[in-house]
Amino acid sequence: MEYILIVISAIFVNNIVLAQFLGICPFMGVSSRISTSAGMGGAVIFVMTIATIFTYLIMHYILIPLGIEFLQTITYILVIAALVQMVEIILKKVSPALYQALGVFLPLITTNCTILGVAILVIQKNYNLLQSVVFAIATAIGFALALVIFAGIREQLALVSIPKEMQGVPVALVTAGLLAMAFMGFAGIV
Amino acid sequence: MNHWENFSKGLMKENPIFVLVLGMCPTLATTTSALNGLSMGLATTFVLMLSNVAISLVSGWIPDKVRIPAYIVIIASFVTMVDMVMAAFVNSPGPNGEPSIYDQLGIFIPLIVVNCIVLGRAEAFAARNKAFSSLLDGAGIGLGFAFALTLLGSVREILGNGSVFGLQLLPQTTNILIFVLAPGAFIALGYLIVLVNKLKRTVIISKKQN
Repeated sequence: MEYILIVISAIFVNNIVLAQFLGICPFMGVSSRISTSAGMGGAVIFVMTIATIFTYLIMHYILIPLGIEFLQTITYILVIAALVQMVEIILKKVSPALYQALGVFLPLITTNCTILGVAILVIQKNYNLLQSVVFAIATAIGFALALVIFAGIREQLALVSIPKEMQGVPVALVTAGLLAMAFMGFAGIV
Repeated sequence: MNHWENFSKGLMKENPIFVLVLGMCPTLATTTSALNGLSMGLATTFVLMLSNVAISLVSGWIPDKVRIPAYIVIIASFVTMVDMVMAAFVNSPGPNGEPSIYDQLGIFIPLIVVNCIVLGRAEAFAARNKAFSSLLDGAGIGLGFAFALTLLGSVREILGNGSVFGLQLLPQTTNILIFVLAPGAFIALGYLIVLVNKLKRTVIISKKQN
């Protein structure tokens, strides 16, 4: 039950993009077509799960025993950057098909604040390892869901005529606002 | 380019939010009130100025291939410093028991590391300019960012809570609560950018007529 609550809350109620404002850059940047946004979503699910496990272990078995928790930000960002590189290299060797699908999105993920955000959040929320993994996967699914829905809307939006000042970013922001309002409807569930 | 130009271009002509549209996450998340927006803007300005100076001083020694990780470590050190300073000095709760600024900004203070504006300026400006020009560039871009955040925070606070910087201007009955919640951030920023685009177009047209 506890895990179901974490999953529902991370995907719908506290959606990482629409309620917590993490990962807005990829949300605006790679959401013009459904296929690319699905690829990005997949890559984020993959990297976020691995990154959360690694950073969790580093926090609890290296930083806390040594009493250097204040180095959290520096360590995490380095670990994530190195991890993304490693995942890219391994994926290229082990599964060329998966690399074909996710490859171009991997370098973009280092600057995606959702990964670092979730890694810090699980420490703040005092989750154990299993809870952290569940939370990371669910959050990433929430990200992918928001991205794909938004891409679907933007594909339709490309077909209508929009006032000149509103084209591009502004209309995307207002659309995202309406989508966020729709997601607020889930607020009562948990 | 003279010093004044290095500083002033960030305020309006290359404003990171309204023109370049970078660093959206803290922009949307921390502007629930004018004060929060200003605090976030100033924290980012501080990191931006210091990291710009440090990077412009050491960029000659860093090999090209490892420059991005090296820049990130430099930026992360300054972010950690800001985080610790803020935890020490702005961590007391408000008079009516509202959470402290440090708590309200929360996770977005460490996340300054991944703010694309900071790395973007390091890469685009500090790595190929002198330390003093980089300092001015960092200050200009940072203050432009702080200005945009304060403006957005004020708009959201006055629509959602009837006040600016905690000063009550409108009666509570006219509050539109949605503007202090998540959807209001997107909508308010969207229309602010529309307004800036409109202003820019009128300026360009009036310049052409002269």
